[in-house]
Amino acid sequence: MKPLVPVSPAAKVALGVAFFGVFFAAWAVATMGGFVSPTFLADPLAMLGAGWRLLVVHGFYRDIGVTIWRVFGGFLLAALIGVPLGILMGAYKPIEAFFEPFVSFARYLPASGFIPLLILWAGIGEAQKLLVIFIGSFFQLVLMVAVIVGSTRRDLVEAAYTLGARAGGIVRRVLLPSSAPDIAETLRLVLGWAWTYVIVAELIGASSGIGHMITDSQALLDTGQIIFGIVVIGLIGLVSDYLFKMANQWLFPWRLA
Amino acid sequence: MSRLLIDGVSRIFPGLGGRPATRALEPTSLAVADNDFICLLGPSGCGKSTLLRIVAGLDRPSAGRVLLDGVAVTGPGSDRGMVFQSYTLFPWLTVKENICFGLREKGMPAAEQAHLAGHYIDRVGLGGFEHHFPRMLSGGMQQRTALARALVNDPKILLLDEPFGALDNQTRALMQELLLGIWEADRKTVLFVTHDIDEAIFMANRVAVMTARPGRIKSDIWVTLPHPRHYTIKTTSEFSVYKARLTEEIRDESIRALAMGA
Repeated sequence: MKPLVPVSPAAKVALGVAFFGVFFAAWAVATMGGFVSPTFLADPLAMLGAGWRLLVVHGFYRDIGVTIWRVFGGFLLAALIGVPLGILMGAYKPIEAFFEPFVSFARYLPASGFIPLLILWAGIGEAQKLLVIFIGSFFQLVLMVAVIVGSTRRDLVEAAYTLGARAGGIVRRVLLPSSAPDIAETLRLVLGWAWTYVIVAELIGASSGIGHMITDSQALLDTGQIIFGIVVIGLIGLVSDYLFKMANQWLFPWRLA
Repeated sequence: MSRLLIDGVSRIFPGLGGRPATRALEPTSLAVADNDFICLLGPSGCGKSTLLRIVAGLDRPSAGRVLLDGVAVTGPGSDRGMVFQSYTLFPWLTVKENICFGLREKGMPAAEQAHLAGHYIDRVGLGGFEHHFPRMLSGGMQQRTALARALVNDPKILLLDEPFGALDNQTRALMQELLLGIWEADRKTVLFVTHDIDEAIFMANRVAVMTARPGRIKSDIWVTLPHPRHYTIKTTSEFSVYKARLTEEIRDESIRALAMGA
């Protein structure tokens, strides 16, 4: 191995899959070999069995659907308000000076800490779930978008001015296109966080969703179901991440090296 | 009447954190006539780029004023086209879209834009690369696109800030011939900043030599070599006379600039 030398695409896939194999093998040895009690950790086969029962008998796919809906709902809400606000803050310094201190403060407020309050305000329905995700992702998103837009290459802005662009043209035809790929990348990152918040919200007060199934399984000491729930979240995350990456590459071909 | 008048322009950069202010440019005056090709020649850090940026409206003078056709310059505009030393093509736009940027900003109909852009793409020799993104182009091709992008706006004056400074020697020589050819055909007024003596003599009809920082214009030399100039002119004895004189002028300033740590 030499530093920074790339691997072939086939080897890359093989290596990535191999570690999943290693991980499952170690898990199987620890559980099936009797080193860990099934009370604390189900073995991989038991996990798959529990998952099968969940999907076929208990209609777990409905919970999966509900959770996905909540994640994308909260995420879209945060993106629809957060991205435009972040762009305005990055482009116009007085707007940034107005909002930035508060947003910097608000982003340290723990979203999960708001759950009891949100239950009080919005009940345990869908609005509360969306709000948890919104609070968890909105402020971070605004700040990151503002930084991206604010760090647009100054020489490109100056070039646009010498070509006759005015303030509106600078924002629409320089700041926006130049920031778009990084904003899309930030959205991909924030979507990952939204997954963390939705599960926390569902663990505390929910009657459906993946997080709700996990709490129920805890009461039943069914570690197989808990692990299956966690694995499902991981798989959905992997797929949505991949789709996001593909969309970004398709949208921004000029970025490819 | 002069097309561009630089009248007592100076620039002082305020010192940050209690450090003393930097005097980048002493009060400087220069009259640029229509169809002039003027090179501002000076050692690095002498304030020649600062002067050009003030003319472009990208920086403000601490004192003095710049008049273009008798009207004071207050900010950047498409009447002063600029080519920068760094590659400033918009990476998300193709060659053709980059060239059309200013035309689109003016609200010109798309068909007219395409026609004009095609004309300048041919003039800078980029036929076949219209739909390439900047990252697919060599440095020389990027700067040719930037030149076309500035020219297509039909500016009153073309400002160039060491546009070929990052290119290799051979490419630079070809770019000089290209720019000179365009100037000989259009006689567009040009203000060109460089620290390369050969480049200045080869292209300019006037060379303004600047001192080390704080910069001011030390001498103003007319280059009366005949046009059209062929690249072989660089090896003639007339060329060498200019070169010897300018080398002498600039040498003292370079030594001073070096002593200041520029």
